[in-house]
Amino acid sequence: MISIAAFWILSAVAVISALMVVSARNPVHSVLFLILTFFTTAGLFVLLGAEYLAMLLIVVYVGAVAVLFLFVVMMLDIDFVELKQGFMRYLPIGGLVALILFGMFIMVTSARIEAKIDPNMLASPTPDVSITSNAKAIGEILYTNYILFFQLAGLVLFVAMVGAIVLTLQHRQNVKRQSVTAQTARNRKTGVEIAKPKTGEGVSL
Amino acid sequence: MSIENISKQLPFIIPEITLVFGAMVAVLIGAFAGKKSYRAVNYFAILVLLAAGFASVKHSIETPTLLFNGSLVIDNFGSFAKFIISAVSAGALLLSIDYLEDRNIQKPEYPVLTLLAVVGMFVMVSAHDLLAIYMGVELQSLALYVLAAYARDSQKSSEAGLKYFVLGALSSGILLYGASLIYGFTGTINFQKIASLSANANVGVIFGMVFVMSGIAFKMSAAPFHMWTPDVYEGSPTPSTAFFATAPKMAATILLARFCFEAFGPAIAKWQQIVSIMAILSMFIGAFFALQQTNIKRLLAYSSIANMGYALVAIAAGPVFGPSALLMFVSIYALSGVGMFAVVLSLRSEDGRKIESIPSLAGISRKHPMIAIAFTMFLFSVMGIPPLAGFWGKFEVIKSVWNGSHLYLAIALILASVVSAFYYLRIIKTVWFDEPKMEFAGGLAATSISVKGTAILFALLMPFIGLLYTATLVAGNMFK
Repeated sequence: MISIAAFWILSAVAVISALMVVSARNPVHSVLFLILTFFTTAGLFVLLGAEYLAMLLIVVYVGAVAVLFLFVVMMLDIDFVELKQGFMRYLPIGGLVALILFGMFIMVTSARIEAKIDPNMLASPTPDVSITSNAKAIGEILYTNYILFFQLAGLVLFVAMVGAIVLTLQHRQNVKRQSVTAQTARNRKTGVEIAKPKTGEGVSL
Repeated sequence: MSIENISKQLPFIIPEITLVFGAMVAVLIGAFAGKKSYRAVNYFAILVLLAAGFASVKHSIETPTLLFNGSLVIDNFGSFAKFIISAVSAGALLLSIDYLEDRNIQKPEYPVLTLLAVVGMFVMVSAHDLLAIYMGVELQSLALYVLAAYARDSQKSSEAGLKYFVLGALSSGILLYGASLIYGFTGTINFQKIASLSANANVGVIFGMVFVMSGIAFKMSAAPFHMWTPDVYEGSPTPSTAFFATAPKMAATILLARFCFEAFGPAIAKWQQIVSIMAILSMFIGAFFALQQTNIKRLLAYSSIANMGYALVAIAAGPVFGPSALLMFVSIYALSGVGMFAVVLSLRSEDGRKIESIPSLAGISRKHPMIAIAFTMFLFSVMGIPPLAGFWGKFEVIKSVWNGSHLYLAIALILASVVSAFYYLRIIKTVWFDEPKMEFAGGLAATSISVKGTAILFALLMPFIGLLYTATLVAGNMFK
């Protein structure tokens, strides 16, 4: 009973806050609503018995991605009013695509109800929570059955790293850099020059 | 799966391990030696690519072997594709060396990213479950986005990279969504298990199949998912374009074939019509839109869309007749693609600028007869003139649909080939018979000898490539 009530509350909040993400005027509010969406979705995961995924969602998406978004939104001077200008013009075609997609989703979801999955077919069935926790169950297959994909994911991150450096790193030529050796090697002779100006005349430096 | 089990499977993926290890060594050399090591790293990467291609052929096995819990399959089909992919990638890398130095963007990361992209392609080619598809595609495309934007100071290159990235991310999302639908409705990601269920598949599974196919079709730039191709090809640095137009296309077509034949073999009626429609659209869009192009890179982009249409025809022929024709066709296409870009790269005007527009190709036959002959060979080959390789590729494709009794596809293919022959012939006419409009740099600078060499080498391959036939026949036979 409680779980049903929780489901309705969480999903209602998730849908409304997702709507607010795209419709809020202030981009900072958008990001905050995004965080709320992530939290409620994490709640839905808990209801499904996937507590590890719920934690992951909060740690990765709220902790890293959304905060990064917030920084970007605050640091970049993007004119969001201007970005939204084409909204009315693209609404008919965009709305049509959204409507068709929505119809398709309903078709697929209704097909899900009658579909039966053969339990013998399951790739790696989730063990009951009373036997092992989710995190342990994922860990047991991630580093054995799916070791290849674990390594490939490492390679994808490596490509992202190399790519980011290639596209952004600049070695500027005409920039003064701190040189600690030069600073500590400085002595009175090289650092100070005492001039004795005569009255009425300047000093040539 | 225990550690011993994992180590037992490692010998089967020696080509991939070679590439990854090579990329790591290359990045270390690049990091410590900096720009000085640019050439050395490039030559090293070319050697690694050739070694990986050689290893994939040497370690190929007759019976398909499943690895890593059924995630990868090692068979002749894949090994052959891997060999061609590494060969054309090595060719494309060879082209990049002088070009990037000319534009002063020589950094040792270029070969590293190429190597990693090829790892992704290898995974795509031997993918046997949905996760392998996604990881392979993502590893490949992520590296390609960076290669597209490699000339970061050029506005066009940045635009190409951004466009490729945004649309590519969308298509990856579509692919992943399709994979999740298939998983949700069948409970499995393995091709074999999906195949056992796909004969009387639920509407959800079919939805998933269509989504995954769209995602892959985007990566191989088949119409109606081709919009990004001309812009990205035009904006990217030319060696990157040469790479995009060859190796990734081959990997994506092989992946689509595997997905259709292995995961949805029993549901052939469901995907055959989709593939046929995409094939016809690609062939005609590629043929007709290319007519108006004046930029040679855009023209080659449309030509590649048309060629992907021909490859889709081979897939539509079904798992019995399709695979060997597909392998033969895309191998020839990839090899001649690298050759054509080598020709484009070897041309420059007197003031050192690269030549990209078709009218400025006028009369190069007088200054550079070798280049002109090579270019003509490639164009005749992609057109499908009999003694040359392209003819045999198209011939095999037509034969496969003929045997699969899809006559309309064969007719569409011939019609599209006739239309596209027009613009190929127009280039040949410009090259040989038009009056030269501007002076070309005398005798091609010594630095571009590798480019010229690549062009001529691949051109020499053209008449003899029919020898591939037996190899593709053996490699393509496994789905029977």
